[in-house]
Amino acid sequence: MNAKNADKIATGVLYAIAGIVILILAALLGYILIQGVPHLSWHFLTAPASAFTAGGGIGIQLFNSLYLLLITMLLSFPIALGAGIYLNEYANPKSKITGMVRMTIEILSSLPSVVVGLFGFLLFVVQFNLGFSILSGAIALTFFNLPLLTRSIEDALATVPDLQREAGSALGLSRWETVGHIILPAALPSIVTGVVLSAGRVFGEAAALIYTAGQSAPALNFGDWNPFNISSPLNIMRPAETLAVHIWKINSEGIMPDAQEVSAGASAVLIIVVLIFNFSARYLSSYLYKRLTSTK
Amino acid sequence: MTEQDMAALNLDAEQPTSNIYKMGDDQEIALSTNDLKVYYGDHLALQDADLQFERFKITSLIGASGSGKSTFLRSLNRMNDGVANVEGNIMYRGLDINTKDIDVYEMRKHIGMVFQRPNPFAKSIYENITFALKQHGIRDKKVLDERVETSLKQAALWDEVKGDLDKSALALSGGQAQRLVIARAIAMQPDILLLDEPASALDPISSAKVEDTLLELKDKYTIIIVTHNMQQAARISDYTAFFHLGKVVEYDETRKIFTRPKVQLTIDYVNGNFG
Amino acid sequence: MDEIRESLLKQSKASRKDQFGRAISFSALALIVIVVISIFYFVASKGLATFFSDGVNLWGFLTGSEWAPSQVGDNGKPLVGAAPMIIGSFLVTLLAALIATPFAIGTAVFMTEISPKRGAKILGPVTELLVGIPSVVYGFIGLSVIVPFMRAVFGGSGFGILSGAMVLFVMILPTVTSMTVDTLRAVPRHYRESALALGATRWQMIYKVILRGATPGILTASVFGMARAFGEALAVQMVIGNAALMPHNLTSPASTLTSVLTQGIGNTVMGSLENNALWSLALILLLMSLVFNLAIRAIAKKGAM
Repeated sequence: MNAKNADKIATGVLYAIAGIVILILAALLGYILIQGVPHLSWHFLTAPASAFTAGGGIGIQLFNSLYLLLITMLLSFPIALGAGIYLNEYANPKSKITGMVRMTIEILSSLPSVVVGLFGFLLFVVQFNLGFSILSGAIALTFFNLPLLTRSIEDALATVPDLQREAGSALGLSRWETVGHIILPAALPSIVTGVVLSAGRVFGEAAALIYTAGQSAPALNFGDWNPFNISSPLNIMRPAETLAVHIWKINSEGIMPDAQEVSAGASAVLIIVVLIFNFSARYLSSYLYKRLTSTK
Repeated sequence: MTEQDMAALNLDAEQPTSNIYKMGDDQEIALSTNDLKVYYGDHLALQDADLQFERFKITSLIGASGSGKSTFLRSLNRMNDGVANVEGNIMYRGLDINTKDIDVYEMRKHIGMVFQRPNPFAKSIYENITFALKQHGIRDKKVLDERVETSLKQAALWDEVKGDLDKSALALSGGQAQRLVIARAIAMQPDILLLDEPASALDPISSAKVEDTLLELKDKYTIIIVTHNMQQAARISDYTAFFHLGKVVEYDETRKIFTRPKVQLTIDYVNGNFG
Repeated sequence: MDEIRESLLKQSKASRKDQFGRAISFSALALIVIVVISIFYFVASKGLATFFSDGVNLWGFLTGSEWAPSQVGDNGKPLVGAAPMIIGSFLVTLLAALIATPFAIGTAVFMTEISPKRGAKILGPVTELLVGIPSVVYGFIGLSVIVPFMRAVFGGSGFGILSGAMVLFVMILPTVTSMTVDTLRAVPRHYRESALALGATRWQMIYKVILRGATPGILTASVFGMARAFGEALAVQMVIGNAALMPHNLTSPASTLTSVLTQGIGNTVMGSLENNALWSLALILLLMSLVFNLAIRAIAKKGAM
């Protein structure tokens, strides 16, 4: 076989592989959307789930997912921001300790999320007696979210040229002041991208939640916004099954007759939300970048 | 630099210390260094720098790349902290500012610096100047407005931007941005202004404007400038120090350095034989 | 003594702010490190209890083929043989990576070398998007598409290692592909040009120059995919059938470390042997993720030389 024929065959094979992959990916997206989207309705998105009969919705799960996401972000963003700032602005990049700390963070990012969830279960649900609750779930998701968010904030800070740091120093500003007022605003577009993308990841996570936020979604009274009442949506000590956990739950032990439809609808919602996060990350970032450099 | 290099340098320069100009007693010294040595790790990048800088004069530091002139300049307001080890004394107002007791942030308010590449903040022109002032506790709008106007006028930028003070500084041209950065530095009302090749990234017209600005500023500030450009050094400075391979080879009044240097190495450099 | 001199010797507001900021940001970083250390500490202390307090033999645990922690075997010892799950986990992981890697390489080569324009426009964003799809969605699709397909082709229930591997293959494909694309893009342009200038065909250039140069990166991508597959819990649990039996073929119900964990941990009593044995499985998971991590580091080090 000469080189030219080999080239032709190889090109053919590569086209075939790419074709198969495109087909798989397209089928994947298409399947979820085609199966799921027809099932979406205002009723489906807002009604509570029903355990034994058809026609249940995902209202409470959807709210739980969003609320849990919010609490998780409130917990993880400040920590990730602090850690990112220390790593990029203060830590000596050549020191061994910095290297070890980076390795530790990388290890955390590679831990299976089910292990992180089990740790949350052991320490917070059982040991600290927080029970299956939004708080326990948010803490577990925070651990799951911290490494990537820290990394993306650190990378965002690193893209701001050192010239800006020197400018701050030369004006008698401390590194902290320079970071707070000059570096962070300049890095904001990429930080926002990182936050929104990580929000998408957190939104779809289930394994870390089944033993921390729990697998039940007690009825909520959407008229009661006192966070200390047990049926209040804002209560962080109540168990809260999320959308992703719901999909898993009804598929592994659900007995409702329309489990297939509900899962398809819920999957479609998950994917659409992730899509929205993806697009808004891009849009927000370019919007912020334009504002930052605008000439007004 | 190896020891052989140092030895060779000593031979060439015969006795370099004797060529270092000392100010007379009647002159007011704004800043001086005493046996300044700078190490990057084990590497000695600058040694035995003994220089005095006269108040309200412009002093140029010239020399080839890697001669230690920028290292020296950046050591003066301790921008090399954490990057290099600086040994020796830097005397300012009777204090050695190269010690732990000195608050570097406070010190840099009085010894400002402008860098090679213009580095305006991603803020408006107005905020670029007022930001550090506000951080240092100046809140009075009148004072801030006044500082913005005077510093921009001193930096010869006022006429070009006075209508656009709330526009982003990133929209300025390179030369304007550099003059804004100079304005930002002098708005702090420092004693001493250090400039690290401030015009080398600029086109000739902008560069000339920056030079004019520096000559204007001389009345109020002590200026120390690193430059690659010997014509520039000759045009604007009162004193010139020539650095070579981590040493100060010769330091004298500018006209002497450019007309009758004492050391062969300086003659070679000034005539463009190397560098 | 003049005012400026005095102010130079006092601690300024800026330096107090800096000390504060340094302390705050350091504590945030320290918190993360403490979290990692405590995860290892707690999981290890629970997981090792099986061997130290309950007296289970480590070798027997790793190689035993019967998993019924609440029952006692003929020798009077509890039946905690984790081999079915360990083998199950490795099988699904290796199979998934084995299928995914060639597909990922092929797609990545297509995207960077054959048709960069279409690659960047269509395939790029789609893979990026699929990387972000939650794993339960993959599980759901596995359950509603792959399992019935396997049932139709191979008979039986359709649940099993092969279904698990297929779900994981689809799940890690986007990740491995996009990482491979990044490594291929990192191969310098002039390598390609000089190979073509020497009269090489495009395939020779791809095979001998690009893929050779990108081998460490491709390996990293593949190991990274394996790490994800090994640690994935729910997607696998939904399609593998969850029978803690030694797998005899690829299409009968089996289980993995993660599937047994997700099912069991809520149904056992804290501190009991049944529970501790599950934590031992979690410890194996934890250690394996360390191994994958070290492997990626080793590859990176070798690649850098």
